[in-house]
Amino acid sequence: MLLIPCPFCGPRDESEFGCGGEAHIARPTDTDRLSDADWAAYLFMRKNPKGVHLERWVHRLGCRRWFNLARSTVSHEILAVYKMGDPPPASVAGQEARRT
Amino acid sequence: MTQKNRLPEGGRIDRTRPLGFLFNGRRYTGFAGDTLASALLANDVHFVGRSFKYHRKRGILGSGAEEPNALVQLELGGRTEPNARATQVDLYEGLIASSQNCWPTLEADLGAANSLLSRIYPAGFYYKTFMWPPSFWMTYERFIRRAAGLGRPPREPDPDRYEKAWRHCDVLVVGAGPAGIAAALAAGRSGARVILVDEQAELGGSLLSRKGAIDGAPATHWLDTALGELRSLPEVMVLPRTTAYGYYDHNMIGLIERIGDHRGGSNGGVPRQRLWHVRAKQVVLATGAIERPLVFSDNDRPGILLASAIETYVNRYAVAAGRRGVIVTGNDTGYGAALALAGAGTAVTVVDLRTEPTGPQHETARARGMEILAGHTVARTFGNGRVTGVEVMPMTADGEGVVGSGRRIECDLVGMSGGWSPTVHLYSQSGGKLRYDEALAAFVPGNFRSGQHLAGAVRGSFGLGAALSEGFAAGAAAAEAAGFRAAAAPVPAVEGYEPAPQRMLWVLPSSKPLGHGGKNFVDFQNDVTAADLKLAVREGYRSVEHVKRYTTTGMGTDQGKTSNINALAILSETVGAAIPAVGTTTFRPPYTPVTVGAFASRDLGDLLDPIRRTPTHGWAEKVGAPFENVGQWKRTWYFPKAGETMHAAVNREVKAARTSIGIVDASTLGKIDIQGPDAVKLLNWVYTNAWDNLAIGRSRYGLMLDENGMVFDDGVTTRIGENHYHMTTTTSGAPRVLAWMEEWLQCEWPHYRVFLTSVTEQWATIGVAGPNARKLISELTQDIALEDESFPFMSMKEGHVAGIPARVFRISFTGELSYEINVPTSYGLALWQALMTAGEKYEITPYGTEAMHVLRAEKGYIIVGQDTDGTVTPGDLGMDWIVSKKKPDFLGKRSLARADTRRDDRKHLVGLLTQNPSEAIPEGAQIVGELKPRPPMKMLGHVTSSYYSPNVGRSIALALIEGGRARIGQELHAALPDRNIRVTVTEPRFFDLEGTRVNG
Ligand SMILES: [Zn+2]
Repeated sequence: MLLIPCPFCGPRDESEFGCGGEAHIARPTDTDRLSDADWAAYLFMRKNPKGVHLERWVHRLGCRRWFNLARSTVSHEILAVYKMGDPPPASVAGQEARRT
Repeated sequence: MTQKNRLPEGGRIDRTRPLGFLFNGRRYTGFAGDTLASALLANDVHFVGRSFKYHRKRGILGSGAEEPNALVQLELGGRTEPNARATQVDLYEGLIASSQNCWPTLEADLGAANSLLSRIYPAGFYYKTFMWPPSFWMTYERFIRRAAGLGRPPREPDPDRYEKAWRHCDVLVVGAGPAGIAAALAAGRSGARVILVDEQAELGGSLLSRKGAIDGAPATHWLDTALGELRSLPEVMVLPRTTAYGYYDHNMIGLIERIGDHRGGSNGGVPRQRLWHVRAKQVVLATGAIERPLVFSDNDRPGILLASAIETYVNRYAVAAGRRGVIVTGNDTGYGAALALAGAGTAVTVVDLRTEPTGPQHETARARGMEILAGHTVARTFGNGRVTGVEVMPMTADGEGVVGSGRRIECDLVGMSGGWSPTVHLYSQSGGKLRYDEALAAFVPGNFRSGQHLAGAVRGSFGLGAALSEGFAAGAAAAEAAGFRAAAAPVPAVEGYEPAPQRMLWVLPSSKPLGHGGKNFVDFQNDVTAADLKLAVREGYRSVEHVKRYTTTGMGTDQGKTSNINALAILSETVGAAIPAVGTTTFRPPYTPVTVGAFASRDLGDLLDPIRRTPTHGWAEKVGAPFENVGQWKRTWYFPKAGETMHAAVNREVKAARTSIGIVDASTLGKIDIQGPDAVKLLNWVYTNAWDNLAIGRSRYGLMLDENGMVFDDGVTTRIGENHYHMTTTTSGAPRVLAWMEEWLQCEWPHYRVFLTSVTEQWATIGVAGPNARKLISELTQDIALEDESFPFMSMKEGHVAGIPARVFRISFTGELSYEINVPTSYGLALWQALMTAGEKYEITPYGTEAMHVLRAEKGYIIVGQDTDGTVTPGDLGMDWIVSKKKPDFLGKRSLARADTRRDDRKHLVGLLTQNPSEAIPEGAQIVGELKPRPPMKMLGHVTSSYYSPNVGRSIALALIEGGRARIGQELHAALPDRNIRVTVTEPRFFDLEGTRVNG
């Protein structure tokens, strides 16, 4: 079970959290003009890296706040947590880019 | 004769406390400090069970967690426990144990005939024998279950209590042998919060079993001093009888502490076991190593033990398990058993696989004149049950064959040592990678993970000196990593076991080819032989994972603790590939089995999940109403009068709501208070219809879609003030809807100024429905005008009802003139009672969820989650009218424009009327167009709701049917297992089609 450092409450057991999957997926603003394929890409297509994954979590049984988290999918090491709307920290963003 | 094998002195047992126990109905005596196994051996009981497949006689093999054979059924009734390892059961007064896997008795076991029929039980026999015809499996299974089962599960409830505990610590040390104790000392002295756990009753590990000296004194002196110091350190917690069964992510360790087991009976009032979840900043694994058996012909007779177990029984329990011993070993540790036995007066011969044996213990044995047969093998064993002798033979130089003639040595005890396998289970569970060490012939930890330290035999460092020095170093490093200053500790000088070169022979040679004559067991618990493994390879299996499953080696309750490496090595030799290339199996929790009761602990019955009750719960209980579970809620199902059936009660309730007044407790309805200047923007996003022009005090029904365009909740939302809305959701959907809106607000529209607050628990909701509803409420309020003009349908008024501050909503889930009165929850019962009293003259009738369902189905109102299932669009429900064409966007909108969501042949919600009006179709029934004598038939859909409606005077049903709206008027069939029902498709509405009743 992961120990997740909630940016608002501090470290708590994973069982208090919910995982919302990949982070930084903005909802398209012009949905009427999107092709079915583009809309499907927004709905379903997600990264599945072996390495650093940026994902969003919610402290469901705590402060109920959403935040972003960078996690290694190999070691489960949590490399960074940062607030919703913030970009990933430079160190993590670099690692995330390297895998692609 | 009692305890004939007990030595007159020595051991860690308490001779002043004799303990009586029953094994297979016979009474024996042991001492406090014994395990069941040591007590049985003290009484010369070796034969304790029958093997799984062949029902061969089996004895105690080991002295700890590795035991594959001595599995017993402990205790009786609700406390009975199968598969208890006798080597890990602490003896207590009155203990009752019996052998497993034998019938009718251990001595006269009928299944032993399997042994004579062993040609039908080769590797993979389950797959081969019982493959065809499939219907025969049922027959076979009964036979297999009876013949093969390992123990019996309890049939009565477990009377014991279990607990759970959570703990954070700086350093968790697993294993309290010399390495673990040294680590705990080093870390504990720094002031770190340390937890030291060991699965055994007494701490000390190998120090209790092996003779050794530390700082010039017996090692147990050092042990006593060290344990004394640990107990004096306030931040150190020591947990004996505690197994670290699982190593999870981020240093979360699962522990199972046996608090009461060794007390027997009702455990002296303490919980039986406690399950710990420990989150450790640093973990030190000092889990030791497990000795491997040797694979030779008929190596499974009772009286043949691991050499280390023989040594342990002598030194720790003062039990010499035989009068004449033979030790077979390829290394120096086997001599520990030989020396221990010799010291206890047992004559010993050592059969050493090595041609030129070396090692400190070997030297000692030779100096004492012990008979040592170097370069020899055990070719076979004798005995009808307990071993009575062995045949030893010289080996060829390469160890592949034998030379000369055999010599028979009479003996009643055989020890075997095939080297040691580090106990890497927890390390591997944590994600650590293993590396094969050729010299040790063992898998050792291959990398170091952050937050984790290893010390002693688990690293392949076999020797007391290494255990202590690595232990001190690991404990200090762990404390430092956790933020403490650890001073260097002097490592004491030791005299004891140190490793020497070993010889590995994975299958000992014999004068007969493998598989002829005796059986060379690799996996004792699963009865897998070397011949079985070779057969699997001949049949084409190569991957260790496939061989494991095909032969069942490494499975069972011991998970191959003594067999995995031997099996892997034999596989590697057979396929001609190096051991690391063949691979190793993955270790998964638990290390040893954990009682399910401990995982459940107190989360049982009413404590399993919170129970939510409405304000009228007690009132309903008093009048004898049954409840149904809706999520965590208890909702009143119906209100039967004396002697009334459910059917009659529901019919009465449904009729009352349409003829006079029905009253229902709808407090479970989800309620969310929405405030802020951007509240209306949020509503426009989450509902399909438009919310801009909703006037203050007015209500509107809305459907919520997920982004796939599928309906996931519905409800009525009312504008309370300029920037203030009261949203209602389905009972079970309330948490989901709140989380849904919170996620969008925080992740997509953080700039919206909106606050969401769950108020489900704050408002009691009492619904009053029926032609007399307005009359009744008017008698109870002075400040709310109820006429249509001032208080029309779909609006809300604030005021007082029965003197209670209330929000009254004129909305309807029945189609009747109806009011939902919301009052603060603590007034809920008072409001109910006031309405009941004032309503007497109207014969006001309380109704439950069942009548509520019938009433709404008569009107064709959907229940999300019953009439929908996550694949249903508004169009499928015939509710296109609620989907705004004008709004530029809302959640799920784009998906409604996909080709698939616009198909004509999607499943539509329609009504179904049965040919026989009194017959109701079972919910879930499959609907077909063309009936065939038997499946498969083309399924067009299924029934989602079905009731008998007294108001319509017949049964009614809602169903999702392919292209349903185009089928209205068609005749279809509900295909049931025992009968078919002819139905006609209709509009999904059955009553008050003009919709006028809502106006009273
Ligand atoms: Zn939090």
